[in-house]
Amino acid sequence: MAAVADFDSVGLRYGTGAEVLRDLDFRLRTGAFYFLTGASGAGKTSLLKLLYLAQRPTRGRIRLFGEELSEAPRETLPPFRRRIGVVFQDFRLIRHLSAFDNVALPLRVAGAKDEDVEGPVREMLAWVGLADRASARPPTLSGGEQQRVAIARAVINRPELLVADEPTGNVDADMANRLMGLFTALNRLGTTVVVATHDVGLINATPGAQLIRLENGTLVDPTRSLRNPPNPPRGAA
Amino acid sequence: MFDWLFVSPAERRLLGASSRRAPTPWVIAIMSFTIMLIAATGLALANTANVLNRAIEARYAIEIPGGSANLDAVLSTVRSMSGVAGAEAVPESDMRKILERWLGPAAQSRELPVPALINFDVRQGANLGAIEQRVEAIAAGARIVAHRDSVAPLMQSLTLLQVVALGLVLLLSAAAAAAVVLAARGALDTHRFTIEVMHGIGATDLQVTHLFQRKIAIDAFIGSVAGGFAAAIVLLLLAGGAAFAGELTGGATLGIDDLLILALLPFLLTALATWVARTAVLRALREAL
Repeated sequence: MAAVADFDSVGLRYGTGAEVLRDLDFRLRTGAFYFLTGASGAGKTSLLKLLYLAQRPTRGRIRLFGEELSEAPRETLPPFRRRIGVVFQDFRLIRHLSAFDNVALPLRVAGAKDEDVEGPVREMLAWVGLADRASARPPTLSGGEQQRVAIARAVINRPELLVADEPTGNVDADMANRLMGLFTALNRLGTTVVVATHDVGLINATPGAQLIRLENGTLVDPTRSLRNPPNPPRGAA
Repeated sequence: MFDWLFVSPAERRLLGASSRRAPTPWVIAIMSFTIMLIAATGLALANTANVLNRAIEARYAIEIPGGSANLDAVLSTVRSMSGVAGAEAVPESDMRKILERWLGPAAQSRELPVPALINFDVRQGANLGAIEQRVEAIAAGARIVAHRDSVAPLMQSLTLLQVVALGLVLLLSAAAAAAVVLAARGALDTHRFTIEVMHGIGATDLQVTHLFQRKIAIDAFIGSVAGGFAAAIVLLLLAGGAAFAGELTGGATLGIDDLLILALLPFLLTALATWVARTAVLRALREAL
Protein backbone atom coordinates (compact mmCIF):
# COMPACT_ATOMS: atom_id res chain seq x y z
CA MET A 1 0.00 0.00 0.00
CA ALA A 2 1.22 3.54 -0.73
CA ALA A 3 2.91 5.40 2.09
CA VAL A 4 1.73 8.87 3.02
CA ALA A 5 4.94 9.36 5.00
CA ASP A 6 8.25 7.57 4.78
CA PHE A 7 10.96 8.25 7.35
CA ASP A 8 14.45 7.02 6.54
CA SER A 9 17.05 7.21 9.34
CA VAL A 10 15.65 10.52 10.48
CA GLY A 11 17.24 12.45 13.33
CA LEU A 12 16.38 15.84 14.78
CA ARG A 13 18.21 18.16 17.10
CA TYR A 14 17.45 21.74 18.10
CA GLY A 15 20.46 24.00 17.75
CA THR A 16 23.57 22.37 19.16
CA GLY A 17 21.73 20.24 21.72
CA ALA A 18 21.48 16.47 21.79
CA GLU A 19 19.25 14.72 19.28
CA VAL A 20 15.64 14.66 20.42
CA LEU A 21 14.76 12.14 17.71
CA ARG A 22 17.14 9.41 16.53
CA ASP A 23 17.16 6.89 13.73
CA LEU A 24 13.45 7.07 12.94
CA ASP A 25 12.78 4.58 10.22
CA PHE A 26 9.13 3.91 9.42
CA ARG A 27 6.28 4.34 6.98
CA LEU A 28 2.76 5.58 7.54
CA ARG A 29 0.40 3.83 5.18
CA THR A 30 -2.19 5.87 3.33
CA GLY A 31 -5.57 5.56 4.98
CA ALA A 32 -4.27 4.05 8.23
CA PHE A 33 -4.98 5.26 11.78
CA TYR A 34 -2.06 5.69 14.17
CA PHE A 35 -1.73 6.56 17.80
CA LEU A 36 1.56 8.09 18.87
CA THR A 37 2.38 7.51 22.53
CA GLY A 38 5.29 7.99 24.82
CA ALA A 39 6.23 9.69 28.03
CA SER A 40 6.46 13.47 28.22
CA GLY A 41 9.68 14.56 26.53
CA ALA A 42 9.93 11.39 24.46
CA GLY A 43 9.74 13.46 21.25
CA LYS A 44 6.09 13.09 20.22
CA THR A 45 5.56 16.78 19.43
CA SER A 46 8.89 16.92 17.57
CA LEU A 47 7.89 13.94 15.47
CA LEU A 48 4.55 15.57 14.71
CA LYS A 49 6.37 18.78 13.69
CA LEU A 50 8.37 16.78 11.17
CA LEU A 51 5.13 15.30 9.87
CA TYR A 52 3.36 18.61 9.40
CA LEU A 53 6.45 20.27 7.90
CA ALA A 54 7.06 22.74 10.70
CA GLN A 55 10.57 21.38 11.14
CA ARG A 56 13.21 19.89 8.88
CA PRO A 57 15.15 16.82 9.99
CA THR A 58 18.81 17.40 10.81
CA ARG A 59 19.63 14.07 9.19
CA GLY A 60 17.90 11.38 7.23
CA ARG A 61 15.15 11.71 4.65
CA ILE A 62 11.40 12.24 4.83
CA ARG A 63 9.05 11.56 1.95
CA LEU A 64 5.52 12.93 2.23
CA PHE A 65 2.83 12.12 -0.32
CA GLY A 66 5.54 10.43 -2.37
CA GLU A 67 7.78 13.52 -2.52
CA GLU A 68 11.15 13.92 -0.90
CA LEU A 69 10.70 17.03 1.25
CA SER A 70 13.60 16.98 3.73
CA GLU A 71 15.54 19.52 1.71
CA ALA A 72 12.83 20.80 -0.58
CA PRO A 73 12.88 24.59 -1.15
CA ARG A 74 10.56 26.27 1.32
CA GLU A 75 8.41 27.83 -1.41
CA THR A 76 7.42 24.32 -2.53
CA LEU A 77 6.04 23.37 0.89
CA PRO A 78 2.69 25.28 1.11
CA PRO A 79 0.82 22.96 -1.31
CA PHE A 80 1.87 19.98 0.84
CA ARG A 81 0.88 21.75 4.06
CA ARG A 82 -2.61 22.28 2.62
CA ARG A 83 -2.96 18.51 2.40
CA ILE A 84 -2.27 18.19 6.13
CA GLY A 85 -4.65 19.08 8.94
CA VAL A 86 -3.09 19.84 12.31
CA VAL A 87 -4.64 20.00 15.77
CA PHE A 88 -2.11 21.70 18.00
CA GLN A 89 -1.77 20.95 21.70
CA ASP A 90 -2.10 24.67 22.47
CA PHE A 91 -4.88 25.08 19.83
CA ARG A 92 -3.06 27.93 18.03
CA LEU A 93 -6.24 29.86 17.35
CA ILE A 94 -5.92 33.46 16.19
CA ARG A 95 -7.27 35.47 19.13
CA HIS A 96 -8.71 38.42 17.22
CA LEU A 97 -10.63 36.24 14.76
CA SER A 98 -14.03 34.73 15.48
CA ALA A 99 -14.47 30.97 15.74
CA PHE A 100 -16.02 31.14 12.26
CA ASP A 101 -13.02 32.94 10.75
CA ASN A 102 -10.57 30.60 12.49
CA VAL A 103 -12.29 27.56 11.04
CA ALA A 104 -12.61 29.21 7.62
CA LEU A 105 -8.90 30.08 7.43
CA PRO A 106 -7.66 26.92 5.65
CA LEU A 107 -10.39 27.27 3.02
CA ARG A 108 -9.54 30.92 2.42
CA VAL A 109 -5.82 30.20 2.25
CA ALA A 110 -6.61 27.54 -0.33
CA GLY A 111 -8.40 30.20 -2.36
CA ALA A 112 -12.07 29.38 -1.65
CA LYS A 113 -14.54 32.18 -2.35
CA ASP A 114 -16.63 33.62 0.48
CA GLU A 115 -19.81 31.96 -0.82
CA ASP A 116 -18.06 28.58 -0.76
CA VAL A 117 -16.87 29.07 2.80
CA GLU A 118 -20.06 29.92 4.66
CA GLY A 119 -21.86 26.55 4.36
CA PRO A 120 -19.01 24.14 5.17
CA VAL A 121 -17.84 26.23 8.12
CA ARG A 122 -21.34 26.49 9.64
CA GLU A 123 -21.76 22.76 9.16
CA MET A 124 -18.43 21.99 10.79
CA LEU A 125 -19.12 24.29 13.73
CA ALA A 126 -22.47 22.63 14.20
CA TRP A 127 -20.82 19.24 14.16
CA VAL A 128 -18.42 20.16 16.96
CA GLY A 129 -21.33 21.69 18.90
CA LEU A 130 -20.38 25.32 18.44
CA ALA A 131 -23.03 26.53 15.99
CA ASP A 132 -24.15 29.23 18.41
CA ARG A 133 -20.58 30.33 19.16
CA ALA A 134 -19.54 31.12 15.58
CA SER A 135 -18.93 34.79 16.24
CA ALA A 136 -17.20 34.27 19.60
CA ARG A 137 -13.48 34.97 19.79
CA PRO A 138 -11.11 32.42 21.32
CA PRO A 139 -10.47 34.32 24.58
CA THR A 140 -14.19 34.13 25.34
CA LEU A 141 -14.32 30.36 24.70
CA SER A 142 -13.57 27.67 27.26
CA GLY A 143 -10.57 25.38 26.76
CA GLY A 144 -12.80 22.62 25.43
CA GLU A 145 -14.55 24.95 23.04
CA GLN A 146 -11.22 26.25 21.76
CA GLN A 147 -10.05 22.70 21.20
CA ARG A 148 -13.16 21.93 19.18
CA VAL A 149 -12.61 25.05 17.05
CA ALA A 150 -9.01 23.91 16.49
CA ILE A 151 -10.21 20.46 15.42
CA ALA A 152 -12.85 21.96 13.12
CA ARG A 153 -10.14 24.10 11.50
CA ALA A 154 -7.88 21.07 11.05
CA VAL A 155 -10.47 18.96 9.26
CA ILE A 156 -12.48 21.61 7.36
CA ASN A 157 -10.71 20.99 4.04
CA ARG A 158 -10.71 17.18 4.31
CA PRO A 159 -6.93 16.74 4.67
CA GLU A 160 -5.14 13.65 3.38
CA LEU A 161 -3.12 13.51 6.57
CA LEU A 162 -4.52 14.58 9.94
CA VAL A 163 -2.04 15.15 12.75
CA ALA A 164 -3.41 15.79 16.23
CA ASP A 165 -1.44 16.51 19.37
CA GLU A 166 -3.48 15.53 22.44
CA PRO A 167 -6.75 16.48 20.72
CA THR A 168 -9.00 15.32 23.54
CA GLY A 169 -7.02 16.72 26.42
CA ASN A 170 -9.48 19.48 27.26
CA VAL A 171 -12.84 17.96 26.43
CA ASP A 172 -15.17 15.73 28.41
CA ALA A 173 -15.53 12.03 27.67
CA ASP A 174 -18.63 12.50 25.56
CA MET A 175 -17.03 15.16 23.36
CA ALA A 176 -13.83 13.08 23.19
CA ASN A 177 -15.84 10.21 21.77
CA ARG A 178 -17.56 12.49 19.26
CA LEU A 179 -14.23 13.92 18.15
CA MET A 180 -12.72 10.48 17.79
CA GLY A 181 -15.82 9.55 15.82
CA LEU A 182 -15.05 12.44 13.47
CA PHE A 183 -11.43 11.31 13.13
CA THR A 184 -12.56 7.76 12.46
CA ALA A 185 -15.07 8.96 9.87
CA LEU A 186 -12.37 10.97 8.12
CA ASN A 187 -10.11 7.95 8.28
CA ARG A 188 -12.77 5.83 6.60
CA LEU A 189 -12.90 8.42 3.81
CA GLY A 190 -9.18 7.85 3.24
CA THR A 191 -7.51 10.36 5.53
CA THR A 192 -4.43 9.05 7.30
CA VAL A 193 -4.74 9.98 10.98
CA VAL A 194 -1.93 10.33 13.50
CA VAL A 195 -3.04 11.16 17.06
CA ALA A 196 -0.56 11.78 19.84
CA THR A 197 -2.17 10.90 23.15
CA HIS A 198 -1.64 9.52 26.63
CA ASP A 199 -5.23 8.36 26.80
CA VAL A 200 -5.16 4.56 26.87
CA GLY A 201 -8.96 4.45 26.87
CA LEU A 202 -9.01 6.34 23.61
CA ILE A 203 -6.53 3.93 22.06
CA ASN A 204 -8.49 0.92 23.23
CA ALA A 205 -11.71 2.43 21.89
CA THR A 206 -10.29 2.66 18.38
CA PRO A 207 -9.97 -0.85 17.03
CA GLY A 208 -7.66 -1.31 14.10
CA ALA A 209 -5.49 1.68 14.99
CA GLN A 210 -1.77 1.08 15.06
CA LEU A 211 0.51 2.19 17.81
CA ILE A 212 3.72 4.14 17.51
CA ARG A 213 5.61 4.44 20.75
CA LEU A 214 8.52 6.80 21.29
CA GLU A 215 11.05 6.34 24.06
CA ASN A 216 13.85 8.87 24.44
CA GLY A 217 13.55 9.92 20.82
CA THR A 218 13.62 6.45 19.31
CA LEU A 219 10.82 4.35 17.97
CA VAL A 220 9.33 1.36 19.73
CA ASP A 221 6.91 -0.54 17.58
CA PRO A 222 4.56 -2.85 19.47
CA THR A 223 2.53 -3.71 16.39
CA ARG A 224 5.64 -4.25 14.26
CA SER A 225 3.75 -2.83 11.33
CA LEU A 226 5.67 0.38 10.89
CA ARG A 227 9.08 -0.74 9.79
CA ASN A 228 9.89 -0.81 6.14
CA PRO A 229 9.63 -4.32 4.86
CA PRO A 230 12.93 -5.69 3.55
CA ASN A 231 11.13 -6.33 0.25
CA PRO A 232 10.14 -4.54 -1.85
CA PRO A 233 13.19 -2.26 -1.68
CA ARG A 234 12.93 1.30 -0.43
CA GLY A 235 11.31 3.58 -2.89
CA ALA A 236 8.76 1.06 -4.05
CA ALA A 237 5.23 1.89 -2.99
CA MET B 1 -0.82 43.49 -10.62
CA PHE B 2 -2.76 45.41 -8.00
CA ASP B 3 -5.02 42.55 -6.89
CA TRP B 4 -3.36 42.66 -3.47
CA LEU B 5 -5.06 46.03 -2.92
CA PHE B 6 -8.51 44.50 -3.16
CA VAL B 7 -8.87 41.90 -0.45
CA SER B 8 -12.02 40.58 1.17
CA PRO B 9 -13.18 41.80 4.60
CA ALA B 10 -12.21 38.37 5.97
CA GLU B 11 -8.64 38.83 4.80
CA ARG B 12 -8.57 42.34 6.25
CA ARG B 13 -9.64 40.92 9.62
CA LEU B 14 -6.54 38.70 9.67
CA LEU B 15 -4.33 41.53 10.87
CA GLY B 16 -6.92 42.73 13.36
CA ALA B 17 -8.29 46.22 13.86
CA SER B 18 -6.04 48.47 15.87
CA SER B 19 -7.70 51.09 18.06
CA ARG B 20 -5.05 53.61 17.04
CA ARG B 21 -2.97 53.77 13.92
CA ALA B 22 0.73 53.10 13.94
CA PRO B 23 3.04 56.12 13.52
CA THR B 24 3.89 55.17 9.93
CA PRO B 25 1.47 57.64 8.25
CA TRP B 26 2.80 60.46 10.43
CA VAL B 27 6.43 59.66 9.63
CA ILE B 28 5.63 59.40 5.91
CA ALA B 29 3.64 62.66 6.07
CA ILE B 30 6.60 64.54 7.58
CA MET B 31 8.95 63.04 5.00
CA SER B 32 6.57 63.85 2.15
CA PHE B 33 6.11 67.44 3.40
CA THR B 34 9.87 68.00 3.62
CA ILE B 35 10.62 66.28 0.31
CA MET B 36 8.02 68.44 -1.46
CA LEU B 37 9.44 71.69 -0.08
CA ILE B 38 13.02 70.75 -0.88
CA ALA B 39 12.09 69.51 -4.35
CA ALA B 40 10.16 72.74 -5.02
CA THR B 41 13.17 74.76 -3.90
CA GLY B 42 15.47 72.72 -6.12
CA LEU B 43 13.20 73.14 -9.14
CA ALA B 44 12.87 76.88 -8.50
CA LEU B 45 16.65 77.18 -8.28
CA ALA B 46 17.00 75.32 -11.56
CA ASN B 47 14.53 77.71 -13.19
CA THR B 48 16.36 80.71 -11.73
CA ALA B 49 19.64 79.42 -13.14
CA ASN B 50 18.00 78.92 -16.55
CA VAL B 51 16.52 82.42 -16.57
CA LEU B 52 19.87 83.91 -15.57
CA ASN B 53 21.73 81.83 -18.09
CA ARG B 54 19.42 82.85 -20.93
CA ALA B 55 19.78 86.51 -19.96
CA ILE B 56 23.57 86.58 -20.03
CA GLU B 57 24.62 83.88 -22.44
CA ALA B 58 24.90 86.34 -25.38
CA ARG B 59 25.95 89.41 -23.39
CA TYR B 60 29.51 90.78 -23.31
CA ALA B 61 31.24 93.87 -21.95
CA ILE B 62 34.12 95.90 -23.38
CA GLU B 63 36.39 97.50 -20.80
CA ILE B 64 38.29 100.53 -22.12
CA PRO B 65 41.04 101.46 -19.68
CA GLY B 66 41.60 104.97 -20.98
CA GLY B 67 38.24 106.25 -19.87
CA SER B 68 35.65 107.76 -22.19
CA ALA B 69 38.11 109.25 -24.73
CA ASN B 70 37.57 106.50 -27.31
CA LEU B 71 34.14 105.47 -26.10
CA ASP B 72 32.05 106.87 -28.97
CA ALA B 73 34.40 105.48 -31.63
CA VAL B 74 34.42 102.04 -30.07
CA LEU B 75 30.64 102.11 -29.59
CA SER B 76 29.90 103.01 -33.21
CA THR B 77 32.40 100.41 -34.48
CA VAL B 78 30.86 97.67 -32.35
CA ARG B 79 27.35 98.61 -33.46
CA SER B 80 28.41 98.46 -37.11
CA MET B 81 29.83 94.95 -36.90
CA SER B 82 27.88 91.95 -38.14
CA GLY B 83 26.60 89.61 -35.44
CA VAL B 84 26.11 92.38 -32.90
CA ALA B 85 22.49 92.68 -31.87
CA GLY B 86 22.90 95.85 -29.84
CA ALA B 87 25.43 97.84 -27.81
CA GLU B 88 25.05 100.39 -25.02
CA ALA B 89 27.65 102.40 -23.15
CA VAL B 90 27.37 102.33 -19.40
CA PRO B 91 27.15 105.98 -18.22
CA GLU B 92 30.11 107.13 -16.20
CA SER B 93 27.78 108.13 -13.37
CA ASP B 94 26.61 104.52 -13.13
CA MET B 95 30.18 103.33 -13.02
CA ARG B 96 31.00 105.75 -10.21
CA LYS B 97 27.91 104.59 -8.30
CA ILE B 98 29.16 101.05 -8.52
CA LEU B 99 32.62 102.05 -7.36
CA GLU B 100 31.09 103.95 -4.44
CA ARG B 101 30.30 100.61 -2.78
CA TRP B 102 34.02 100.02 -2.33
CA LEU B 103 35.56 103.50 -2.39
CA GLY B 104 32.88 105.60 -0.74
CA PRO B 105 32.64 109.31 -1.65
CA ALA B 106 36.12 109.14 -3.23
CA ALA B 107 34.52 107.39 -6.16
CA GLN B 108 32.97 110.69 -7.21
CA SER B 109 36.34 112.40 -7.41
CA ARG B 110 37.19 113.63 -10.90
CA GLU B 111 40.80 112.67 -10.23
CA LEU B 112 39.83 109.03 -10.10
CA PRO B 113 40.17 107.48 -13.55
CA VAL B 114 37.11 105.40 -14.34
CA PRO B 115 37.26 102.84 -17.15
CA ALA B 116 34.62 103.13 -19.81
CA LEU B 117 32.31 100.17 -20.27
CA ILE B 118 30.18 99.06 -23.21
CA ASN B 119 27.67 96.23 -22.92
CA PHE B 120 26.74 94.46 -26.13
CA ASP B 121 24.69 91.45 -27.18
CA VAL B 122 25.64 89.15 -30.01
CA ARG B 123 23.67 86.90 -32.29
CA GLN B 124 24.56 83.27 -32.86
CA GLY B 125 27.71 82.91 -34.99
CA ALA B 126 29.13 86.34 -34.18
CA ASN B 127 32.91 86.55 -34.57
CA LEU B 128 34.14 87.76 -31.20
CA GLY B 129 37.78 87.62 -32.31
CA ALA B 130 37.12 90.09 -35.14
CA ILE B 131 35.24 92.42 -32.78
CA GLU B 132 38.10 92.29 -30.30
CA GLN B 133 40.64 93.10 -33.03
CA ARG B 134 38.66 96.12 -34.23
CA VAL B 135 38.19 97.39 -30.68
CA GLU B 136 41.89 96.89 -29.91
CA ALA B 137 42.80 98.89 -33.03
CA ILE B 138 40.78 101.85 -31.77
CA ALA B 139 41.47 101.61 -28.03
CA ALA B 140 44.68 99.85 -27.08
CA GLY B 141 44.32 97.69 -23.96
CA ALA B 142 40.57 97.32 -24.33
CA ARG B 143 39.30 93.80 -23.59
CA ILE B 144 36.09 91.89 -24.02
CA VAL B 145 34.64 90.09 -20.98
CA ALA B 146 31.76 87.58 -21.17
CA HIS B 147 29.06 88.27 -18.58
CA ARG B 148 28.73 84.55 -17.95
CA ASP B 149 32.34 84.52 -16.73
CA SER B 150 31.49 87.23 -14.21
CA VAL B 151 28.55 85.31 -12.78
CA ALA B 152 30.17 81.87 -13.02
CA PRO B 153 30.63 81.60 -9.22
CA LEU B 154 26.93 82.40 -8.74
CA MET B 155 25.92 79.81 -11.35
CA GLN B 156 28.17 77.26 -9.68
CA SER B 157 26.50 78.01 -6.34
CA LEU B 158 23.06 77.57 -7.91
CA THR B 159 24.11 74.25 -9.43
CA LEU B 160 25.55 73.12 -6.11
CA LEU B 161 22.32 74.07 -4.32
CA GLN B 162 20.34 72.03 -6.86
CA VAL B 163 22.60 69.03 -6.24
CA VAL B 164 22.18 69.50 -2.49
CA ALA B 165 18.39 69.65 -2.93
CA LEU B 166 18.42 66.47 -5.01
CA GLY B 167 20.66 64.80 -2.43
CA LEU B 168 18.30 65.79 0.38
CA VAL B 169 15.30 64.45 -1.56
CA LEU B 170 17.11 61.13 -2.06
CA LEU B 171 18.26 61.08 1.57
CA LEU B 172 14.76 61.74 2.88
CA SER B 173 13.36 59.10 0.54
CA ALA B 174 15.90 56.65 1.95
CA ALA B 175 14.90 57.68 5.48
CA ALA B 176 11.23 57.12 4.59
CA ALA B 177 12.14 53.70 3.20
CA ALA B 178 14.02 52.87 6.41
CA ALA B 179 10.98 53.93 8.45
CA VAL B 180 8.83 51.63 6.35
CA VAL B 181 11.24 48.73 6.90
CA LEU B 182 11.03 49.31 10.66
CA ALA B 183 7.24 49.52 10.46
CA ALA B 184 7.12 46.29 8.44
CA ARG B 185 9.35 44.49 10.92
CA GLY B 186 7.26 45.80 13.80
CA ALA B 187 4.09 44.59 12.10
CA LEU B 188 5.69 41.18 11.49
CA ASP B 189 6.63 40.93 15.17
CA THR B 190 3.15 41.95 16.25
CA HIS B 191 1.53 39.39 13.97
CA ARG B 192 4.17 36.65 14.24
CA PHE B 193 1.67 34.18 15.69
CA THR B 194 -0.87 34.80 12.93
CA ILE B 195 1.86 34.35 10.32
CA GLU B 196 2.98 31.06 11.88
CA VAL B 197 -0.58 29.77 11.86
CA MET B 198 -1.08 30.87 8.26
CA HIS B 199 2.17 29.24 7.16
CA GLY B 200 1.20 26.11 9.07
CA ILE B 201 -2.03 25.72 7.12
CA GLY B 202 -0.33 26.28 3.79
CA ALA B 203 -0.33 30.04 3.16
CA THR B 204 2.42 31.14 0.80
CA ASP B 205 4.82 33.97 1.57
CA LEU B 206 3.09 36.01 -1.09
CA GLN B 207 -0.32 35.59 0.55
CA VAL B 208 1.09 36.76 3.88
CA THR B 209 3.07 39.56 2.25
CA HIS B 210 0.01 40.94 0.48
CA LEU B 211 -1.70 41.56 3.81
CA PHE B 212 1.17 43.67 5.11
CA GLN B 213 1.90 45.28 1.75
CA ARG B 214 -1.66 46.53 1.50
CA LYS B 215 -1.71 47.88 5.06
CA ILE B 216 1.59 49.73 4.63
CA ALA B 217 0.62 50.98 1.16
CA ILE B 218 -2.55 52.54 2.60
CA ASP B 219 -0.62 54.09 5.51
CA ALA B 220 2.02 55.43 3.10
CA PHE B 221 -0.59 56.83 0.73
CA ILE B 222 -2.46 58.62 3.52
CA GLY B 223 0.80 60.01 4.93
CA SER B 224 2.37 61.09 1.66
CA VAL B 225 -0.78 62.74 0.31
CA ALA B 226 -1.39 64.56 3.61
CA GLY B 227 2.25 65.71 3.72
CA GLY B 228 2.12 66.76 0.08
CA PHE B 229 -1.09 68.69 0.64
CA ALA B 230 0.43 70.55 3.60
CA ALA B 231 3.53 71.34 1.53
CA ALA B 232 1.37 72.68 -1.30
CA ILE B 233 -0.33 75.07 1.14
CA VAL B 234 3.03 76.28 2.41
CA LEU B 235 4.29 76.80 -1.16
CA LEU B 236 1.20 78.82 -2.00
CA LEU B 237 1.69 80.97 1.11
CA LEU B 238 5.37 81.47 0.24
CA ALA B 239 4.44 82.50 -3.26
CA GLY B 240 2.20 85.20 -1.91
CA GLY B 241 -1.20 83.74 -2.65
CA ALA B 242 -3.10 81.85 -5.27
CA ALA B 243 -2.68 84.61 -7.87
CA PHE B 244 1.05 83.99 -7.86
CA ALA B 245 0.82 80.25 -7.49
CA GLY B 246 4.14 78.66 -8.13
CA GLU B 247 6.19 81.82 -7.89
CA LEU B 248 8.93 81.69 -5.34
CA THR B 249 11.08 84.50 -4.04
CA GLY B 250 13.42 86.15 -6.50
CA GLY B 251 11.10 85.81 -9.42
CA ALA B 252 11.88 82.13 -9.90
CA THR B 253 8.74 80.37 -11.00
CA LEU B 254 7.56 76.79 -11.07
CA GLY B 255 6.27 75.77 -14.46
CA ILE B 256 3.58 73.23 -15.28
CA ASP B 257 6.23 70.51 -15.63
CA ASP B 258 7.56 71.33 -12.18
CA LEU B 259 4.09 71.28 -10.64
CA LEU B 260 3.44 67.90 -12.26
CA ILE B 261 6.68 66.54 -10.82
CA LEU B 262 5.72 67.86 -7.38
CA ALA B 263 2.22 66.39 -7.68
CA LEU B 264 3.72 63.00 -8.57
CA LEU B 265 6.06 62.93 -5.57
CA PRO B 266 3.49 61.66 -3.01
CA PHE B 267 2.57 58.83 -5.37
CA LEU B 268 6.21 57.99 -6.00
CA LEU B 269 6.78 57.96 -2.25
CA THR B 270 3.79 55.62 -1.81
CA ALA B 271 5.12 53.33 -4.53
CA LEU B 272 8.57 53.33 -2.92
CA ALA B 273 7.12 52.53 0.52
CA THR B 274 4.99 49.73 -0.90
CA TRP B 275 7.89 48.16 -2.74
CA VAL B 276 10.16 48.45 0.30
CA ALA B 277 7.49 46.93 2.55
CA ARG B 278 6.96 44.02 0.17
CA THR B 279 10.69 43.35 -0.09
CA ALA B 280 11.24 43.64 3.68
CA VAL B 281 8.34 41.31 4.52
CA LEU B 282 9.29 38.71 1.90
CA ARG B 283 12.88 38.74 3.11
CA ALA B 284 11.82 38.37 6.75
CA LEU B 285 9.43 35.53 5.93
CA ARG B 286 12.16 33.62 4.12
CA GLU B 287 13.98 33.30 7.44
CA ALA B 288 11.17 31.04 8.70
CA LEU B 289 10.57 27.52 7.40
